[in-house]
Amino acid sequence: MNILKRFGSFWYHFIVGDDWKVAVGVVIGLAATGYLAHNSHLRVWWLLPALVVTMLSFSLWTAIRKK
Amino acid sequence: MHSALLVLSVFLASIVEGVEALTIVLAIGTTRGWRSTWYGTATAIAVLAIFIAVLGPTLTLIPINVLRVIVGGLLLTFGLQWLRKAILRASGFKPLHDEAAIFEKATAASRKVKHTEQKAVIDDWYAFTIAFKGVLLEGLEVAFIVVTFGANQGSIPLAVVAALAAVLVVVALGLKVHKPLSSVPENSLKFAVGIMLTSFGIFWGSEGVGVHWPGSDAALFGVIFLIAVTALTQVTWLKRRYNRLNAKERLA
Repeated sequence: MNILKRFGSFWYHFIVGDDWKVAVGVVIGLAATGYLAHNSHLRVWWLLPALVVTMLSFSLWTAIRKK
Repeated sequence: MHSALLVLSVFLASIVEGVEALTIVLAIGTTRGWRSTWYGTATAIAVLAIFIAVLGPTLTLIPINVLRVIVGGLLLTFGLQWLRKAILRASGFKPLHDEAAIFEKATAASRKVKHTEQKAVIDDWYAFTIAFKGVLLEGLEVAFIVVTFGANQGSIPLAVVAALAAVLVVVALGLKVHKPLSSVPENSLKFAVGIMLTSFGIFWGSEGVGVHWPGSDAALFGVIFLIAVTALTQVTWLKRRYNRLNAKERLA
């Protein structure tokens, strides 16, 4: 494995960790919250906390399902 | 009030990572000698200081809302990773971090490597490398938290002081007992830090993308409460499931 690949792999595991779906969920959650905050009259402060609670539960469920 | 939470989060995270780094340094130092181990440790600390000194001020140049989205997103991803692991450990689905076992393993591994006497500044490159790598990798998580929290709150020096205070506490305890700090409740601390990182990530990330929190800054306490209750509920639920699975296995 070349140095660049190892460097990338280190930072991937450092930031993203064991479940890449959580990182993708965070990006989607922030994007959706930002979109609704600027393009709707909804008060969307609750959206990201709700998504995080759902994501955490889902991630734990997939982790223990294999056991 | 946010500054107090910042200091607490950085302090607790630094205690956890400090304990892990201390185990490696003690294992190498006691089996290979202290000279090269100290050089490796000091070099890693210098690299971490440069990382904070360069990245910290650079982050403060980014417009505050963009910074909050970036930092919020990173803290959220990072915090969920910590919290997920801590919940799995607390419920039994993942083994607890055992400093005594890690110490034994590192000690045994370093004894196997032949020591060749050298009359140089670094007389044992194995000790230097392992100590350097261990302190750098554990410290990088602390440096990351110091930089992101500090830049967002506009007080990197405060975050650095909190981290240094934790390191001094760990080093003082390590020098006193001269063995791994197994009695430090690492998982509980990781659990608490995971809750704080995730909550700050939600709060700052949402603010960065244009959300106005009801109650302004006080909303952070509501977010912390929500994440803490969620995490504790998950631990209770997973513990029950783990016990059920164990009982079934015993019967089978």
